[in-house]
Amino acid sequence: MTRLAVRKTYKLFVGGAFPRSESGRSYAVYDAEGAFLANAALASRKDARDAVVAARKAFGGWSGRTAHNRGQILYRIAEMLEGRRSQFVDEVAAGEGLDRDRAQGVVDESIDRWVWYAGWADKVAQVVGASNPVAGPYFDFSVPEPTGVVAVVAPQDSSLLGLVSVVAPVIVTGNTCVVLASERHPLPAITLAEVLATSDLPGGVINILTGNAAEVAPWLASHMDVNALDLTGVDDQAQAADLERAAADNLKRVTRPPVRRPDWTADPGLDRLTAYLETKTVWHPIGI
Amino acid sequence: MPTFEYAPAPESRDVARVRSAYSLFINGEFVEPTDGRRFKTVSPASEEVLAEVAQAGEEDVDRAVAAARQAYDRIWSPMPGRERAKYLYRIARIIQERARELAVLESLDNGKPIRESRDVDIPLVAAHFFYYAGWADKLQYAGLGADPRPLGVAAQVIPWNFPLLMLAWKIAPALACGNTVVLKPAETTPLTALVFAEICQQAELPPGVVNILTGDGETGQALVTHDGVDKVAFTGSTEVGKAIARSVAGTHKHVTLELGGKAANIVFEDAPLDQAVEGIVNGIFFNQGHVCCAGSRLLVQESIYTDVLSRLKRRMGTLRVGDPLDKNTDVGAINSPQQLAKIRMLSDVGESEGADRWSAPCELPEHGYWFPPTIFTGVSQAHRIAREEIFGPVLSVLTFRTPAEAVEKANNTPYGLSAGVWTDKGSRILWMADKLRAGVVWANTFNQFDPASPFGGFKESGYGREGGRHGLSAYLSGARA
Repeated sequence: MTRLAVRKTYKLFVGGAFPRSESGRSYAVYDAEGAFLANAALASRKDARDAVVAARKAFGGWSGRTAHNRGQILYRIAEMLEGRRSQFVDEVAAGEGLDRDRAQGVVDESIDRWVWYAGWADKVAQVVGASNPVAGPYFDFSVPEPTGVVAVVAPQDSSLLGLVSVVAPVIVTGNTCVVLASERHPLPAITLAEVLATSDLPGGVINILTGNAAEVAPWLASHMDVNALDLTGVDDQAQAADLERAAADNLKRVTRPPVRRPDWTADPGLDRLTAYLETKTVWHPIGI
Repeated sequence: MPTFEYAPAPESRDVARVRSAYSLFINGEFVEPTDGRRFKTVSPASEEVLAEVAQAGEEDVDRAVAAARQAYDRIWSPMPGRERAKYLYRIARIIQERARELAVLESLDNGKPIRESRDVDIPLVAAHFFYYAGWADKLQYAGLGADPRPLGVAAQVIPWNFPLLMLAWKIAPALACGNTVVLKPAETTPLTALVFAEICQQAELPPGVVNILTGDGETGQALVTHDGVDKVAFTGSTEVGKAIARSVAGTHKHVTLELGGKAANIVFEDAPLDQAVEGIVNGIFFNQGHVCCAGSRLLVQESIYTDVLSRLKRRMGTLRVGDPLDKNTDVGAINSPQQLAKIRMLSDVGESEGADRWSAPCELPEHGYWFPPTIFTGVSQAHRIAREEIFGPVLSVLTFRTPAEAVEKANNTPYGLSAGVWTDKGSRILWMADKLRAGVVWANTFNQFDPASPFGGFKESGYGREGGRHGLSAYLSGARA
């Protein structure tokens, strides 16, 4: 008799813990062939609000870490990703319907992407910061600082590489975030949460919700304690415009959905890093 | 109030796993020197022979440069930056994993207190590799052009004061930028560099990317004058630095030099004095004063001279000099008999030129090379102890009345590596920083180092910077072409 596998319950990831949705709801997740994979939690408005509270609570500590320390922790996450490589390959292959080779390529790229962003922690200030030669006896310099709590609607198609590509640049600079995972392929996001939970990343820095973006995203877009909104995973243009409009109530920084379907394997550039940075300029007199 | 004696708190030396003999590291393998010559490295704290190491000759230099060239052409420079990054991250992690072994070995071979090798040197070494690992796949963002290129084979010669840290400062940026290296550690402190070679093996770094040649000044000369190298990076004395600058004249070789210093540590009357005294002590007695950026000239504002001096002497009286492996030791052994002789000679000159010597009352161990923490007062700017780099635990104290006079005196030196300013007034810090001709200015702190922060000198303290984004330009070119 063959051994019966023990299945995993896929839950949310909020404040470093794995709660079920407070709504008690879940939805069925299927593979590319339409076969049942698992039930994922269907996050509610309340879950989203709890996640924002957790992200806000984590912001002071995380943004106060040294850049070096954040870099170390992000690199640790990459090490943990590598350790679960085969599990991610299975989930990406099943969910996105890729053959094993391509799924491996996607997972490898995701790990390398994470390493790439880890290295930015203690470098971005030297690239986007400056000392400013003002015409007076003042020392004047500008430094980047994190925007705050960022709500992210992750890409729908690219369930791991796309997810990693939108989350890593948000947190490496000291922001915290609430992420809505790909609705159809949420499983790699929850496995990523298990990686995060074992990587010295403080609870609440990344909070991951699974469920229906159309239901939850408006609550995040209108939440007055959210500072920025990444709409990359919103495929419906009209819905994206509504969310952007709601975000204007407290002038959230908004990243609009890409015009063309993004190539997640391409060099990401600095856009996603700088989108969630504020520039702080300090003046100080020079004199005896 | 009762006083409690310190109990001995020695770190175990077993963790260092010292071997009786070490070879050269060429093309990924440990090999014997061609002519079979060897020399001994001793513990300066006990004069005990630690190990025999190989003396690399010209043929060994040829072999190492050829290996580095081949690795450069075939593997390392064509490799995508993100793959190079992953090798450097591996190295950083292995250094963290083997941190205590490296710290103990460094203290044994160099004589520095374990508290410093454990808490300063080795953590900075790992951090440096970690930092530059992250640059390897981001060079197009360094502000040096869209597609900056590596230089080729780098010949790197480093000093004995921070053996593994200087290795990290040389190798990490060179490799991140796509160069390969041949590095020669100092004659008196070769051991941690040889363990680093093992770490390269554990990281499965491709053969030839890093080559380590132990030897003396002759080996170093053969290496930097070798026709097959494209870049020379040297940290050490200004005298040797100038000789290197002459030797590369008329060649295509790129050069960066990090040389001597005679830093002024300037204390204004409004400075927080207890902090300033800690800074003065740290500035000159850290690492036995074997620090090129040491604050070896104290400039005190006249109004607080007596107060600062009495606080300084009291503090110096609490410094614990002795066994480098004791966790309570503040000041360790002088690295070599040659260096001890030089410190003694210059101190004697200080006295004969009319300055007053005062040494902290402390018992020095019977064996090994030792010099007590010492200050000279009544020093004039013309005295040799105010002009020449002593590279030991010897502080020359001078005074000033106005900020302008402090600047004048601080800049009255051919060197320009570092300076310290102690004052409560922010605008004065920045005014002083503006006027001081030095590559690093520490305000209300001293001897701070970080991989993200550029380090290097003005004037005869050398050229080029190590650390930070600026440190990349020492190993990249073509960017501005």
